[in-house]
Amino acid sequence: MKVVKHEIPSIDGKGIMMGHKAYTDDFAERNSLIVKVLRSPHAFAKIKKINADHARKLPGVALVLTHHDVPRKPFTRAGQGYPEPSPHDKFVLDEYVRYVGDEVAAVAAVDEKTADEALKLIEVEYKVLEPVLDFEKALNHESVIHPEEDIHEMFPIGFKPKINQAAAYHMEVKNVEESLKTCEVVIEETFYTQAQAHAMMEPHTVNARLDVQNRLIIYSSTQTPFHVRRIISQALDVPMSRIRVIKPRVGGGFGGKQALHGEMLVSLVTLRTHKPAKLVYTRKEVFESSYTRHPMRIKVKIGADKTGKLRAIDCHILSDTGAYGEHALTVFMVAGSKVLPMYNKVDAVRFHGEVVYTNKTSAGAYRGYGAIQGNFAVESAIDMLAHKLNIDPIELRKMNMIAENETSPIFAIMGEGTEGTAMNMDTCKLDYCVERGKALIGWHEKYPRQDVGNHKIRSVGMAIAMQGSGIPYIDMGAATIKLNDDGFYNLTVGATDIGQGSDTILAQIAAEALMTTVDKVIVYSSDTDLTPFDTGAYASSTTYISGNAVYKAALKMIELLKKAAAKALKVDAETIQFDGKAFSSEASESTISLIDLSNRLYYNEDQEQLTATGSYFGTKSPPPFMAGFIEIEIDKETAEIEILNYVSVVDCGTPINPKLAQGQVEGGIVQGLGMAHFEEVKYSKKGQLISNDWLTYKIPTSLDIKKLTTEFAESYEESGPYGAKSVGEIGIDTPPAALGNAIFNALGVRMTELPMTPEKIFQKLQKK
Amino acid sequence: MIVKLTLNHQEKRFDVDASETLLETLRNHDVMSVKKGCDASSCGTCTVLVDGKPMLSCSLLTVRLQNKHIITVDGIHDEVEKISTYFGLEGADQCGFCNPGMALSIYALKQMLSNPSSEDIKTFLVGNLCRCSGYQAQFKAIKRYLGDPL
Ligand code: FES
Ligand code: FES
Repeated sequence: MKVVKHEIPSIDGKGIMMGHKAYTDDFAERNSLIVKVLRSPHAFAKIKKINADHARKLPGVALVLTHHDVPRKPFTRAGQGYPEPSPHDKFVLDEYVRYVGDEVAAVAAVDEKTADEALKLIEVEYKVLEPVLDFEKALNHESVIHPEEDIHEMFPIGFKPKINQAAAYHMEVKNVEESLKTCEVVIEETFYTQAQAHAMMEPHTVNARLDVQNRLIIYSSTQTPFHVRRIISQALDVPMSRIRVIKPRVGGGFGGKQALHGEMLVSLVTLRTHKPAKLVYTRKEVFESSYTRHPMRIKVKIGADKTGKLRAIDCHILSDTGAYGEHALTVFMVAGSKVLPMYNKVDAVRFHGEVVYTNKTSAGAYRGYGAIQGNFAVESAIDMLAHKLNIDPIELRKMNMIAENETSPIFAIMGEGTEGTAMNMDTCKLDYCVERGKALIGWHEKYPRQDVGNHKIRSVGMAIAMQGSGIPYIDMGAATIKLNDDGFYNLTVGATDIGQGSDTILAQIAAEALMTTVDKVIVYSSDTDLTPFDTGAYASSTTYISGNAVYKAALKMIELLKKAAAKALKVDAETIQFDGKAFSSEASESTISLIDLSNRLYYNEDQEQLTATGSYFGTKSPPPFMAGFIEIEIDKETAEIEILNYVSVVDCGTPINPKLAQGQVEGGIVQGLGMAHFEEVKYSKKGQLISNDWLTYKIPTSLDIKKLTTEFAESYEESGPYGAKSVGEIGIDTPPAALGNAIFNALGVRMTELPMTPEKIFQKLQKK
Repeated sequence: MIVKLTLNHQEKRFDVDASETLLETLRNHDVMSVKKGCDASSCGTCTVLVDGKPMLSCSLLTVRLQNKHIITVDGIHDEVEKISTYFGLEGADQCGFCNPGMALSIYALKQMLSNPSSEDIKTFLVGNLCRCSGYQAQFKAIKRYLGDPL
């Protein structure tokens, strides 16, 4: 391969660093109305009265919107296909406010100052209601968070709002209770994972204007432009054909932009005032009023025989979706479906539980999407079992983990809120990942611990993980390749580059297939008017799904080129050879270069525009796998932890661009370490968010990272483009369990609650 | 209020409100390389150089910058080009939202510290948050850039 599996610099990194306009707010109209949102000070309340007269009269105010002024149509902000597995339980504005930060009203004014002043002039009388803040008490709580009658599920997901249940699920293979009874060893533990904030650097941002055809043109910092168009159309009753959504560069998403945040209000302002409008979330709004990761309580039981052969796994999860049910069921299911198949040799397995509403910031999609939560519980429990059996945790995993050409019944049972898709592991290099990681971290010398003096202990810990490559039969990507005069191409894709480098790797796939170089493939993504459809950047789908679409489009383009060349050379198309630069035929003395052919096509003879479109949806979702190993130094007295090294060995099939793939893994590892070690969304007793800026919500800085060691297994997934699987999420999954296992190996205390801060470790040590 | 300052080597006069921050002034005048990642002087995406020192433009009032020399990435294109080449080679670019601010800090680091250790580099850059990269590829790129003669 000449382009794929080569380290090509990202195609737009230079332009961005040099300061060219790139992100949503860079494209806002200069005279945009500034949209600001009045947000609820209460965790749960009903608006008794709202009076916006004074605000409306303030000079410079163009529009004020309250729940009396907007269409009342339930929808979901979750951009995840259609019909969505998320309940339609959200209104543009509602008479109820369900968390501190929920939308009460919006104003549009000529400048920020006026907008702020207008917000203060809106008089709201609330009936404050008893909030539900403890998710373990949410089910059947006397406060019903969604009492309204007009909300609904799109298909059965266990939606029972009257008992604060957004979704529920149950599945069982064989009889787990019976199987557990026959086990010689059983581990039983309850784990808690916290809410984590996405904290992408670019805040949620949207701006809108009308064009000369009076259409609504929206720039949005989104992972899912096509879902944005559809959801705006549905919620605001505007024909989809009247809306164009443009996604410029996105400054990070991680799932947080797999939803609509300011789009509805800004669209309404522009539609009503006919003026351009914009909204950039403040950092406080990003923390308070967008999304977090779903906190979960995970009860795990794992049973095995004396030799360490796993017999049964039982998993009950209670998940907290906050005020609205976005991604409620699907994140919950992924906590099982992308964790449990790793131990495919068990006799019986059960996965069940509920997703509940609380009066907190809504939870939504977040890199890992449940898998990181489930992984923490199961991979911690596996180490507990190893300890009880006195077996090396790596050996225990090797006895039980999934291998190439094997399968798990779970793939067929659990899908995206519905049934899943049976599949074999055509590529699974977990065994290699584990062995290689073991060598790289120096397990043999370092496991379980070394006392290095000065009351410091060094230890190692590990975990394995899997993710997916898109959602089979649902996620769809398409790509169009257009030949230009002078023999270069445009590649337009609906796939959404949010910083993961998809524009670059899709150009690489096209260039490889077209036997050319990346500079000859000009990528544009994504614009609902101009680019073909793509469900968006989520579920680790872009490399595999959109990449396959690009590959198919390129093959079609080659066929078109050969036909055109055959006409020019006056031979049969079957005889044409193409090497990326020129066409020849055994039936002809003459050859024609791609440049000459394309100039001929557009200026001289047989004029014709050559355009090829490829689209792809998966019939399976080949999981990337990895083994993660951590080495830490921990102070026995203070429980302060220093992370010395994190080794990742990843099977993502062919890494299309090894450096960018490494960046995906390492970025995921560091986010995962943040979650494992210190990141935590915190609320006051009244449900106010305490962690609402970067001083109160700490994310890893340059100082937190000592060493990351990242390698890829040789692996070639036949169904992927040039052997690739996806790699966007897998990096985030292992750090919590690996760190928890390392802490146990160092100090003998089992951490069951994230984040594992020195304070919590210290408390456990006291109790030991 | 009228403020006279030098922006990227050119004299400018800005008519600003007393409460306007430099970040607002710059973006209002189409200098889009300075980014707004927060409102609390805590992310580094709005970094500019004021008389050569990296500062957060979201925490500076434009009226206070009379006669100061402000540099954004637009004013040191050649150096930023070099930095970005190494970022590209190391795969350090992801969403890029932190990159212009980071580039200015890196440039200032090279001017201000000679032979910095890894810890020095990390400490110098601690105010430039990046949520995407995990920092490691960025350090590698920075070290290569620092190895180049000034
Ligand atoms: S915008 Fe975040 S520090 Fe200035
Ligand atoms: S590259 Fe996205 S924040 Fe640094």
